[in-house]
Amino acid sequence: MAEKKKKKNALIEHDISEDLALDLMREMLLYRRFEEKAGEAYAIGKIGGFCHLHIGQEAAAAGSIKPLGREDYVTSAYREHTQAIAKGVDPNAVMAELYGRRDGSSGGKGGSMHIFDAECRFMGGHGIVGGQVPLATGIAWKIKYRGEDSISLVFMGDAAVNQGGFHEGLNMAAVWQLPCIYVVENNEYGMGTAFDRVSKTEMSTKSSPHGVPAHVVDGQDVLATYAFFRELTAQVREGAGPQYVDLQTYRFHGHSMSDPVSGTYRSVEEVEQAKDERDPIAILGDTLKGAGVLSQEEFEQMDAEARQIASDAADFADASPLPDADALYKNVWAEINPNGRLFFDGRPEQGGAS
Amino acid sequence: MAVMTYREALNAALSEEMERDPDVFLMGEEVAEYDGAYKVSKGLLDIFGSQRVVDSPISELGFTGLGVGAAMAGLRPVIEFMTFNFAFLAIDQVINSAAKMHYMSEGQFPMPIVFRGPTGAALQLSAQHSQACETYYSHAPGCKVVTPGTPADAKGLLKAAIRDNDPVAFMEGELLYNFKGEVPDDDDFVIPLGVADLKHEGEDVSIITHGKMIHVALQAAQKLDKDGIQADVLDLRTIRPLDMSAILETVRKTNRIVYLEEGWPYAGTGAQIVTMIQEEAFDHLDAPIIRVTQADIPMPYAKNLEILAKPSADHVVKAVNKVLYR
Repeated sequence: MAEKKKKKNALIEHDISEDLALDLMREMLLYRRFEEKAGEAYAIGKIGGFCHLHIGQEAAAAGSIKPLGREDYVTSAYREHTQAIAKGVDPNAVMAELYGRRDGSSGGKGGSMHIFDAECRFMGGHGIVGGQVPLATGIAWKIKYRGEDSISLVFMGDAAVNQGGFHEGLNMAAVWQLPCIYVVENNEYGMGTAFDRVSKTEMSTKSSPHGVPAHVVDGQDVLATYAFFRELTAQVREGAGPQYVDLQTYRFHGHSMSDPVSGTYRSVEEVEQAKDERDPIAILGDTLKGAGVLSQEEFEQMDAEARQIASDAADFADASPLPDADALYKNVWAEINPNGRLFFDGRPEQGGAS
Repeated sequence: MAVMTYREALNAALSEEMERDPDVFLMGEEVAEYDGAYKVSKGLLDIFGSQRVVDSPISELGFTGLGVGAAMAGLRPVIEFMTFNFAFLAIDQVINSAAKMHYMSEGQFPMPIVFRGPTGAALQLSAQHSQACETYYSHAPGCKVVTPGTPADAKGLLKAAIRDNDPVAFMEGELLYNFKGEVPDDDDFVIPLGVADLKHEGEDVSIITHGKMIHVALQAAQKLDKDGIQADVLDLRTIRPLDMSAILETVRKTNRIVYLEEGWPYAGTGAQIVTMIQEEAFDHLDAPIIRVTQADIPMPYAKNLEILAKPSADHVVKAVNKVLYR
């Protein structure tokens, strides 16, 4: 009984309703099953190129994006499938993009690393480490320029903090007090390089030279993550200026599909221990079950629904046609000038003026 | 027609476009309180305020990316590089972000942004401050490249570049800022991108060029004139879009071509255009095309060496004589 009260206290402590907590569970299950499905599809050759799964980091996506409104902007790097879904992008469109199909979020032209949805204000999907940091700063610039009250939130991996663009972006955001939240999804490894091998200073100190307040959050605890971002986003919306978050998490799969689960740079034991002790779904599951909010049966039902959505997304993607061949030359340019040549390959099928 | 400097023409274009569209803002190093490193933005801070004329830190990668993000979100930034030599630090954001965004999002994010500043050599600034950068940008699909050589072209093309919905690298000439010329008085004088301009007419040979080099070509044309040779001087004005019809027209007219550019020869703009001429008008050529470029070396400091390295009217006259077999 005392244990049950303690579990319930986690909800009370974070001022999170039972319904909201159940939503967070539903979402994390979807992200997990979606990524597992993507992994399966990759293994049978339905998905090509690079593919970076987010498995293990579900709470980081759910807890930080859920407090945002539709008018807020999210920008990310290339481990972004589930963040896009969290921001409202249709899972079918995300999966179809991974499959390189016409109904994909970028019509099959972006792939795994370039999910975009202008309507949902999901701003990509960027493949150069740290390259998205100045972009999100510019989005925040626009918010301030137009006097809007939305905010710009950007994710990056831990390796991005060693890029110049990260520091240039934070410095400008601080100078101009832009409404931008810089979130490091700190999974401890930049590809196969442990962070402490490439930095003499702690992750939490990286924003201090620029005068951007830093916060450290347990990104495996979705209730704590949600509660933290609910508060932080409200502050930024009220003019608190840029913020920096070391969101501590862990990746249960390899860096990409070409990297085995543990790889050569971390031990199997380390990964297994993290899965045992730091699985965000298990952590929330324990809390909700312990508090009597979610039974095992209900959990299984929820999981079955998540698997169904992921499976439907894969079916949808598989049924979606390949892009038309004449899509090849479309959208290179937003404006085809009436004069002058824009394409130089000499191919007859191109649509450009000549 | 008003007579104004190239600098004043650029300033007028910026001012008019900022007046016309509140989403246009200017950001770069020293553009506001200092009035611009080359005074192109002189007085704009007083008119438009510090929210729209913005001094950036010296962070080319950062403020270029900021501009790209602002354009994604719907603004129309003009990003000034003090010179394009410094823009190498930012080229990831120009090529990987700006030039590709519209394509890889399947048209969801147009990229109405102008990157502008001087390119090419000035006087004795040596290797790192003296290089023509246009081919780095024209190489990438998704990026338009504009190189005005006169005050009128500077004004009309900058207005068109700011209104264009694609990223435009707008490359000025440091030595042109004081150059005076006539600029039409129209309230709204815009020159469409992709239209070349015949700056001098002749029948014997064509000198095709762009940007600041048009003045070298015109000097050469005057020298040739005294020698009884009449040259077409075709100013491309924009490298991408490229007015191929005007190029083919002058080729068909004179059948003898010299390409003049300020940059290096290897994979330069001339290499591209020469290839296209031989692909599309081979039968109209009476001689191999000759390119006149900067010497294939980093720019030296010493005055005499710098003069030797730069493409000159004498180099052009020699090349013309060669294509005329004189």
